[in-house]
Parts: sequence; structure tokens; C-alpha cells
Amino acid sequence: MTRASPDFHPALRVLHWLMAALVLAMLFIGVFMVSTSGPAYVALLDLHRPIGIAILVLVLLRLPLRLATGAPALPADLAPLQKRIAWGSHVLLYAALFALPLVGWGMLSAGGYPVRLGGGFVLPPILPHDLALYALLRAAHTAIALALFALILLHLAAGLMHGLVRRDGVLRSMTTGHRQAHTPPIADDDNPGETATLPA
Amino acid sequence: MPSLNRRAIGAFALIGAIVMALLAGFGWAAGWLGGRRISGGDITTALEANGGGARPGYRRAHAKGLCFTGDFAATGAGSVLTSAGALRAGTIPVLGRFSLGGGNPLANDGRNVFHSMALLLKTLDGQEWRMALDHTPIFPVADVPSFIALQRATTPDPRTGKPDPAVLQPFLAAHPEVKAFQVYMAKAVLPNSFANATYYSINAFRLTDAGGTTRFVRWQFVPEAPLAGLDKQHLDQLPRDALFQEMIARTAKGPSRWHLLLIEANPGDVTDKATVAWQGPHRTIDAGTLTIRATQPEETGSCRDFNFDPTILPEGIALSDDPLLAARSKGYSSSFTRRAAEGPHPSAVGEDLAKGVQQ
Repeated sequence: MTRASPDFHPALRVLHWLMAALVLAMLFIGVFMVSTSGPAYVALLDLHRPIGIAILVLVLLRLPLRLATGAPALPADLAPLQKRIAWGSHVLLYAALFALPLVGWGMLSAGGYPVRLGGGFVLPPILPHDLALYALLRAAHTAIALALFALILLHLAAGLMHGLVRRDGVLRSMTTGHRQAHTPPIADDDNPGETATLPA
Repeated sequence: MPSLNRRAIGAFALIGAIVMALLAGFGWAAGWLGGRRISGGDITTALEANGGGARPGYRRAHAKGLCFTGDFAATGAGSVLTSAGALRAGTIPVLGRFSLGGGNPLANDGRNVFHSMALLLKTLDGQEWRMALDHTPIFPVADVPSFIALQRATTPDPRTGKPDPAVLQPFLAAHPEVKAFQVYMAKAVLPNSFANATYYSINAFRLTDAGGTTRFVRWQFVPEAPLAGLDKQHLDQLPRDALFQEMIARTAKGPSRWHLLLIEANPGDVTDKATVAWQGPHRTIDAGTLTIRATQPEETGSCRDFNFDPTILPEGIALSDDPLLAARSKGYSSSFTRRAAEGPHPSAVGEDLAKGVQQ
């Protein structure tokens, strides 16, 4: 669905940046705890489970909101292939945001581990106790996490390209928003008169 | 236009720098850049090398085992130290595993090694208390680098079948705490049954009561069966599975019982080194009775597919500052992930049962 406003719904923007912080933190926590057998391992693992479940809850709120409120139209001068890549990369990002916590929860279930969220709260298993399944999901958890980190870097680089090089309002649609709700993208940060005064 | 190009070049440089900074940070977090950390794989690989290579499908430590089931009847006395549900008065089911130290799943039982009991206690709210206990109150080393060095130093030389003195002696000189353990193992009675051994928590833990007071505690399961020892001079004359078969036969006749004693640390007791025993009298609480009612080979029991990670604890029990706990958790996890991918293989006890079926 294309949105009439040039910006994403404010609630979606809040969710985007909250999840960006959580997901990046989780990717760093994840690779760090795998790398060490020091006391940080247990401490980080105790953070990893509840943050992962929090991300699952947030993406469960976010996807319906995104589908209901739509996305602003991409700039008209963007090549059709670029538009398709943009669409596909966002589908993959959402898929990874769902898959990673679900695979993590499923992996602990298959390994016979309690899914402890802290405060004595334990989630029920979502898969049977099966070691072959555990091994498969354990490997998938790493693979999806690395793919998600690569996707996030591409997504970040593309967002910054829109904001710093093309200056076409796409980045602003997910940050502060445009000052006037219905100003066409060409009229704000694409103005050559403005750019001349900016530092190189 | 030149200003626009300069601006674009600056923007590209900034974007590249941000992406590279994130990649570098990620590489550091993952241990690919900068100082190398000791991972779970390093621990597992050291154990495999010590045992003469990996044995696919088996635990990398304590590979030879037997499953059991029973129950734990708490007296409720433990509630003065911890709010953990498992120690409130009442009875909960237990599953667990007896094992012997070492990575060979078919090794002879006549070895002066750890006799071990692993337990999984689960309360109705889904909280679990997993333990991996040994028949010694202390452990040979206090931290991960020493544990890996110990595995390397005690790896048998293929030519002699014994550790190379040129490697072992410098290691022992650098680690006097290992000598204390060796002396203990040489002198202590080696139990002649799994049923008459005392099993120790090895590490200290932090117990928190309902009022929020936290105390350091070690615990032990003390058997009702009187301790009797194996003849250490003639261990090689024991049948291969003597201890496991004895426990199967004993349990078929009747249950075995242990009392869970919680030992509260005195001021000054070492709580971050499993190499140091606590001396003298301590406040001790009998928290309940463990009863083992049935044994099962790993093929048909439920213990094989569990990781008895001693850091899986209920509310009211937490880790101490002993670095060995995180290392045990990580090493067990790495071993568990490897054997899960390899698929299970026959146990010593299960192998004999399978032969019995064929004959």
C-alpha cells in the first residue's frame, strides 16, 4: 500500500529506531557470547533471550502497522530495478526479524533447554525435544544472524545514500519527517540552491 | 557542479566509514579482530585431543553414562537460604545421569577418575535446576586457561600411554593447585558404587532467601548407603562396566537415597575457586531427600539428550563469581552442539543390552 504522506507513520518510525537499537545490540551480544567462555558468556546469554523475545513482540506489532499504514512512494526518478531491490530487501529484513527469535526459541526447545526470560519466567517449548532438529536450528540461527547483519549494513548504506547523496527525502521519511505533510520530495532537501551552501 | 561532486565524494566516504566501523566492531565482538578469546570450541577441542580424538555422538567429557529417574522430597528447611521452589516442602520428579570422567564412552570402570551424578529438577512453573556433581569436593583447576593447559599437559604420549613428563612437570610447577587435587585423589576412597558416593556441587553459588538476603553456599548429596572403596591397586581387574552394572542391579532391588546438604560459607571462605575446600564447621541444612528409583540405558532413558549445565538455575539460586561456572556452561554447550549434529551412538550399557537381545 502506498501512503499519501511522504513519511512513515510516526509509530512505525519509533518502532523502527527502537528495533534498530535492539537488533544491532543483539547481533553484537550474540557474536560476543559465542566467542567467549568467560563470565560475560552467561551474563550476555541472560540478556539475549529476553531481548530476542522483545524483538519478536515488537515485530509482531510492527508488521500489521506497516501493512495498515503503508509506505510513502519512492522517488519517481528511482530506476525500477532499484525499487524492486528496495522492496525485496525490506521483505527479507522483516522475514529475518521474525525468523531469528523464532529459530532461537525453537532451537532452545529442541535442545531441551528452558527458555528463561528472567524473574523466574519461563516460556513453554514450541518444538519437540529433538537433538537433530536442535543442531539444524543452531546452525540456522548463526546463518540468519550473519545474513541479517549483512542486510542491515546494505539497508543502512542505502538509507544514507538517499539522505546524503541523493537527498531525495527517503531517509527523512523514516527520521524526523517532512515539515509539510504533502510537500513533494523534490522541494525539500533536493534543492540545489540549498546544497551549494552546505559544506562539502 | 564541482561543489556537488565534492559533497558526493564526502558523503560516500562518510557512508563507507560508517559501514566499515560497524563491520570492524562486529569483527571485534565476534573475536575475529583483536585479542583472541577462549571459546567453547577451544575447551571441547582440548578435551577431544586429551582423549586421543573426538568420539562423534558422545559427550566430550563424562562420555560413559547411565540414566536414572526418581524424586526429590524437600523438607522445606532449605527455604531459610533460598526462595527456590524446588526446596519448598514437597516432592518433585527428578531425572539424571551417573557417569565416569573422561571422553571414552566404552572405557573401563576401573579408573581413579570422577564418579559423577547429574540432576535435573523441574518445578510446576517450568523453572529448572540442573546440576553436574562430582564425588570430589574440589576441582583440579580454578579457571579456563588452566583447564585447557591441564588437558594438554595430561594428554597421553602415544609412545608411552602416559603424559609426557617434559610437558606435565612444568605445568604442575606452575599450577600447585593441581597437586592438591592429585594428592586428594590418591588418598581419598574411590567409591565402589555410584550409590554410596557423596556428590559435590564443586562450585559455590549465591542463594537468596525470600527476604532478599544473599549467601554463598556449596552443596552435597550425602548417601544413606555406607561408603566402601574399590581396591585401587587392582582397578584393572574390574569388569569393564562393573560400576554401571552394580547400580542397575542394586536399583532393581530397591531405591537409593541421598540427603541434600546446603553448606553456608563462613566469612573468609573462598567462593571463586573450586580448587579450595572449605575447612572446619559450617552451618549445614538438610534440604531434602533424593531417591533414585529406576535406571535406564541412555538409549531408552531421557538423560542422554539433556545438557546438565550447572548454570541453569531457578530463581533464588544464582552463579557465584567463580569463573569456572561460565566455562563449564560454555564447554558443555559446545560439546552438546557437536554431538547433536553428529547423532547419538550406542552407550556401553545399551551396547550390552543390544547384544543380549541378539543372543
